Amino acid sequence: MFPEIGQFALALALGTALVQSVLPMLGAARGNSLWMRSARSSSIAQLVFIGIAFAALMRSFVVSDFTVRNVYENSHSLKPMLFKIAGTWGSHEGSLLLWVLILAAFGAGVALFGSNIPVALKARTLSVQAWISTGFLSFLLLTSNPFERVFPPPLDGNDLNPLLQDVGLAMHPPLLYFGYVGFSIVFSFAVAALIEGRIDAAWARWVRPWTLAAWMSLTAGIALGSWWAYYELGWGGWWFWDPVENVSFMPWLLGTALLHSAIVTEKRDAFKSWTILLAILTFSLSLLGTFIVRSGLLTSVHAFAVDPERGLYILGLLGVSIGGSLTLYAWRAPAMEGGGLFTPVSREAGLLINNLLLTTATGTVLFGTLYPLFTEALSGDKVSVGPPFFNATFIPMMLPLVVMMGIGPFLSWKRADLKGVFQRLRFIAVLAGLAGLATWYVARGGPALAYLSVAIAVWLLLATMREWAVRIKLLDVPLTEAIRRARNLPRAAHGMTLAHAGLAIAMLGFIGSSAWKSEEIVFVQPGSVIEIADFDVRFDDVERVRGPNYIADRGTLTVSREGEFVTTLYPERRSYPVAQSTTTESAIRSTLAGDLYASLAEPASETAAEQGAWTLRILYEPLVNFIWIGSAMLVLGGGLSLSDRRLRVGAPRRASRSTPVATPAE
Amino acid sequence: MKRAIATLPILIALVFGAFFLWGLNPDRDPNAIPSVLISQPAPDFDLPAVESIGVPGLSREDLFGNSDPVVVNVFASWCVPCRAEHAVLTRMVERDGVRLFGINYKDKPEDARAWLQNLGNPYERIGSDLSGRAGIEWGISGVPETFIVAGDDTVLYRYVGPVVGAEAEEKFATALAQARTRNGGNS
Repeated sequence: MFPEIGQFALALALGTALVQSVLPMLGAARGNSLWMRSARSSSIAQLVFIGIAFAALMRSFVVSDFTVRNVYENSHSLKPMLFKIAGTWGSHEGSLLLWVLILAAFGAGVALFGSNIPVALKARTLSVQAWISTGFLSFLLLTSNPFERVFPPPLDGNDLNPLLQDVGLAMHPPLLYFGYVGFSIVFSFAVAALIEGRIDAAWARWVRPWTLAAWMSLTAGIALGSWWAYYELGWGGWWFWDPVENVSFMPWLLGTALLHSAIVTEKRDAFKSWTILLAILTFSLSLLGTFIVRSGLLTSVHAFAVDPERGLYILGLLGVSIGGSLTLYAWRAPAMEGGGLFTPVSREAGLLINNLLLTTATGTVLFGTLYPLFTEALSGDKVSVGPPFFNATFIPMMLPLVVMMGIGPFLSWKRADLKGVFQRLRFIAVLAGLAGLATWYVARGGPALAYLSVAIAVWLLLATMREWAVRIKLLDVPLTEAIRRARNLPRAAHGMTLAHAGLAIAMLGFIGSSAWKSEEIVFVQPGSVIEIADFDVRFDDVERVRGPNYIADRGTLTVSREGEFVTTLYPERRSYPVAQSTTTESAIRSTLAGDLYASLAEPASETAAEQGAWTLRILYEPLVNFIWIGSAMLVLGGGLSLSDRRLRVGAPRRASRSTPVATPAE
Repeated sequence: MKRAIATLPILIALVFGAFFLWGLNPDRDPNAIPSVLISQPAPDFDLPAVESIGVPGLSREDLFGNSDPVVVNVFASWCVPCRAEHAVLTRMVERDGVRLFGINYKDKPEDARAWLQNLGNPYERIGSDLSGRAGIEWGISGVPETFIVAGDDTVLYRYVGPVVGAEAEEKFATALAQARTRNGGNS
């Protein structure tokens, strides 16, 4: 019965979305405030209906109701409860349901908390949001019904892919989707503004918290996915430039550009049509990601059950939403007036460079990701574009961006004093150079680019801290006064400092773990000793252990350094009989300085397994934990900025010239 | 000018859309790695034997006039997965009576010899491809790779990577069974 309730709730949600697509929009055109206000209740109703459907599906997973095809295909009665729940979004249908749930949540969020937004803009925005949910709800109901039944009911399920049975990955899709789909509301705001034909500083202010929320979740989602790949796949890498990783990374890059260009729109009333375009493109790239992952267009390690028919439907949705919004943009954007003027040396110019580099980088990743499709279509040749391409093109664009990030916050709006800035940063440039040299002295044998990158990362870290110190006049005034100043500093400023410093820290992690990684793949027999970095790793034995729904071979490795015992590692190789697949569970000794990472691969040969000979992969990845620490700082920085009082109250600042026309909120 | 720039995004999006539409063609499998050799005669090559190993070398002539399809495996002693694959190949030879030829790719003869002495030699013939030239002719992308060649030296099937694990072995066995019926039909 519950699955039917879920399906019925989905149908009701679709009906509500259809009404919401039309009524508030018409109301805004005719000035009918009753119609406009209907968006509030219909947004909430949509969230409730989809929430019911989601709960119904989750219930089917929790009680292992194998009469539901989706549960049968993706769950198993012996699976731990956490993964039964996570199984709800483990499949194509379930994850799409999560997709629309988050879509509705953002709509309802604006309806509930966007009380400072003018009623007409809000009505239009929510209508546009309802267009998107109409598209995806109908897709869900017509092609990917999560509540389909099987008859006769099977005795037990097929189990979820064991690789996905992991805590980190259970949380990865919800966060990633929250970010991905969160950009939908920014898109809706942009389209509503285009329809209205009016965009000003206030618009940028209203959109900012939603952009930040989406950006934060996307950052966390990508970091979590990368962390999962690092410890679960057993290769010891954290980023593979796989198409599916790229499609989550592109909205992040463009979303980052959007965050920064929206600041210019907000503070200086400039970059207006550019901000709108970024808002549209960011969500378009999210949609593109959904399309690529679910249509089987490209080869990837991640894939859902692929179905060209579904691909065609999503492509249709893409055509309507992206095509429609960009056509609207082509029509309306030229009429937008440019705002405040600025000189080539100013904060605006700095942010312009930031945007150019981020957009170009996004374009490069997009091109590299789709290049195999292009060549196959044009010449029939199959090629694959791998890390060498992305590393060779992406990194050279990011380095100048990071250099700029150190300077940008020192620049003042309109016209900046470059000389003064250089005077302040001279000392830091010297320190950064020394850091590069010191790295060379300590760890020779890395590529030259690595030393340069270390210097640039240190530059960003110090320049960011310096900027913060200048703001609170640290060391210039008594400490109590500096603390008082720090308290009075808007939270957004602290947020920026934290996020920029986070990027510098993460960058040190990227560099350390790629340039100075050591890797050994060896055959081992009990008693073999492998030397890696400063460690001696002794392979003791492998024993067979039983888990709830798997059988594992667990190796025992004794790690010592200069004769002293350090730790014991237990890498596992698990085989899941129901799902008929195996996973590696790497054992990691984590320290701030680096990770010692061991994973057990297949036995050296079938007969060798009996003699206890195995293939072992041991890695030492310096500074790799800086990546996760830096990512956490990025997210926290976003959170600090989001909690800024100015965003919630929407009080006009003195600096912004065009304060919003006082519009009654409701 | 302004209008032209504002129209640019939609034009680019349309071009992308056209490619996507093409890419959705249901007959297209982006995962398939095509081999130029499939359904073609085996490439021309002539490899000497690995010194004092007890089996002869391998050339194209050896692939011609066999009554049953043969398996050509490219291996090396330095290749880790080859070691795991070795047991599978040995079983194929011993249990299923498969005729197995080897191409010892970029391997020192003494290493190859030690390796085969250690693990056993299931190969009927082994050509020593020290320079890697034959590997290029066969178009291999790495070691190991395994080919099924029909009696008339037509290459029927190519497997990239080690034939290890239930799924891979079944895939390979199916291909081999198909090759055998095709051969039976011909003769």
